[in-house]
Amino acid sequence: MERFKFILFRPLQLLPVLFGVSVISFVMVRSIPGDPVRLLLGTRATPEVAAKIRAQYGLDEPLMTQYLLFLKNLFQGDFGRSIVYKTSTFNVVAERIGPTVFLLAYVLVMAILITLILSTWAARRQGRLPDVIVRSYSMVGLGLPTFWLGIILIMQFSIALNWFPTSGYGESVAENLYYLFLPAVSITLALSPVLIRNLRASLISEMESDYATAARSRGMSENGIYFSHVLPNSLVPAITLLGINFAWLIGGTVVVEQVFSVPGIGQLMISSIFARDYLVVQLITLVVAIAVIAVNFIVDVLTAVIDPRVHL
Amino acid sequence: MRAARLLLSVGFLKNNNLTLVLGIFLSVCWVVIAIFAPWIAPYDPIAQDVARTLQPPSFAHPFGTDNFGRDVLSRVIWGSRVDLAMGLGGVFAPIIIGCTIGLLAGYFGGIIDTLLMRFLDITISFPFFILMIAIISILGPGLMSFFIALALVGWVSYARLVRSRTLVLRHSDFVAAGQILGFSSIRIMFRHVLPNAALPVLVFIMSDVVLTILLGSSLSYLGLGVQPPLAEWGIMIAEGQNFISTAWWITLFPGLAIVILALSFSLIADGLAAQYKVSE
Repeated sequence: MERFKFILFRPLQLLPVLFGVSVISFVMVRSIPGDPVRLLLGTRATPEVAAKIRAQYGLDEPLMTQYLLFLKNLFQGDFGRSIVYKTSTFNVVAERIGPTVFLLAYVLVMAILITLILSTWAARRQGRLPDVIVRSYSMVGLGLPTFWLGIILIMQFSIALNWFPTSGYGESVAENLYYLFLPAVSITLALSPVLIRNLRASLISEMESDYATAARSRGMSENGIYFSHVLPNSLVPAITLLGINFAWLIGGTVVVEQVFSVPGIGQLMISSIFARDYLVVQLITLVVAIAVIAVNFIVDVLTAVIDPRVHL
Repeated sequence: MRAARLLLSVGFLKNNNLTLVLGIFLSVCWVVIAIFAPWIAPYDPIAQDVARTLQPPSFAHPFGTDNFGRDVLSRVIWGSRVDLAMGLGGVFAPIIIGCTIGLLAGYFGGIIDTLLMRFLDITISFPFFILMIAIISILGPGLMSFFIALALVGWVSYARLVRSRTLVLRHSDFVAAGQILGFSSIRIMFRHVLPNAALPVLVFIMSDVVLTILLGSSLSYLGLGVQPPLAEWGIMIAEGQNFISTAWWITLFPGLAIVILALSFSLIADGLAAQYKVSE
């Protein structure tokens, strides 16, 4: 159980990162052009009211005190008020996070399945037609813009064939699987090439390794070698890469939510930017950064569970 | 410089490296199209013609016309200037900042390394795209904000790459020789260590150009990048989205242009990696 010790210590190593994340998002909102009080109150507020609000929010304090106040508010779950929705930003973001999480999970499942199937198909027929097809796809796919792909899918499958809705979000899980199918496909098609290239390469190098040859000489079947040795050994780098790409995945979600009008936090972020609702933008940035840190922590744990050689 | 010399050396066409040749050929084509856009494009990319709106592809307009009657082919050709400039210009600052940070961290080690790497951990834990959007929302949309935001967040991969190479190279004989000869650290780092790390960096630059083009066009699509009426592929796709049920050509062709431009740089990256056995 020695190797699971880091599950306890790793979060401690993440503390400086969390601290840095909070500093950056604090600086970000403080560097917005214009007076936050004016944004909050509108232009009609009298100087006295403005001064009162400024004192109330601690905006007349030195920057260091302001940062500490910001931290204190964070820990108390007070993230400020949205100037557009007239309620706490926490409620605004919490309401919109469902569709995004659903879409992310959908894409993850889809991308993992496609990557496993196509990489296996290509690696086990290396140099032959399936391999050529998969390699061409993973080459061209690297440069696929998700937003364009989404629009092309809408043209084909929503407008021409009328199989899927062009936009929106459902009520139940089954409905969501249907509504978010095209958005998930367009992100998956752009994400999987990176994963396929990596997994295919490590599958091939594992297949050619000495232990695989040894297993072959003992008369083990190719299927047996593949599923009990080659595939498990190739999974660790693939999982690490998936973890690294999680950050990219969130970016892809923001764009695709816009294309398909999915009411998630990506769409909220873009509309908040145009509405100058900066506290919402700040909270989303913070939430997403923490999600990325959490996912990478989970990836670390997973790698250690799968591969006994990993120590952190 | 060494990488450029290596590229031009005779070895560059050996092993029938079709990937590399095709990639360079396509990229050169795009550069030529971008430079000679005013002469190649059959129409003015922003001239509106109300008599010829939403026309399907024809002999006069091979890619059709958009809702303002502008020729889509001409706009795709002019767009190559903006998208190529975004891709090639966008990686410039990240390369310089990233290589410098990577060299400093790897060469000096110790407290400098620890501090720089903690800084890198923080930057990297922000999702790239979200951080870009947040920075641009403060700076205001536009090409300049795009470059500044990229400079602030794009350096991390270069820093990691160069640092890991420098950690290895630091212990090599030529560095020791340079130190004995009394060369300054800066000279050793930039003149001796960096050129030896140039190939993996060059391969990464090519894939980074692909990512930057996608990033730039996505931001323009969202309205946070280049602003209309400038012909840029992401903007064209955003404008075409309103007409997908009637005029597919407005959206299709700029997207294909992005795919082909991105593909040419991906091919170069792959070809270079195969040619010089650089592992990604």
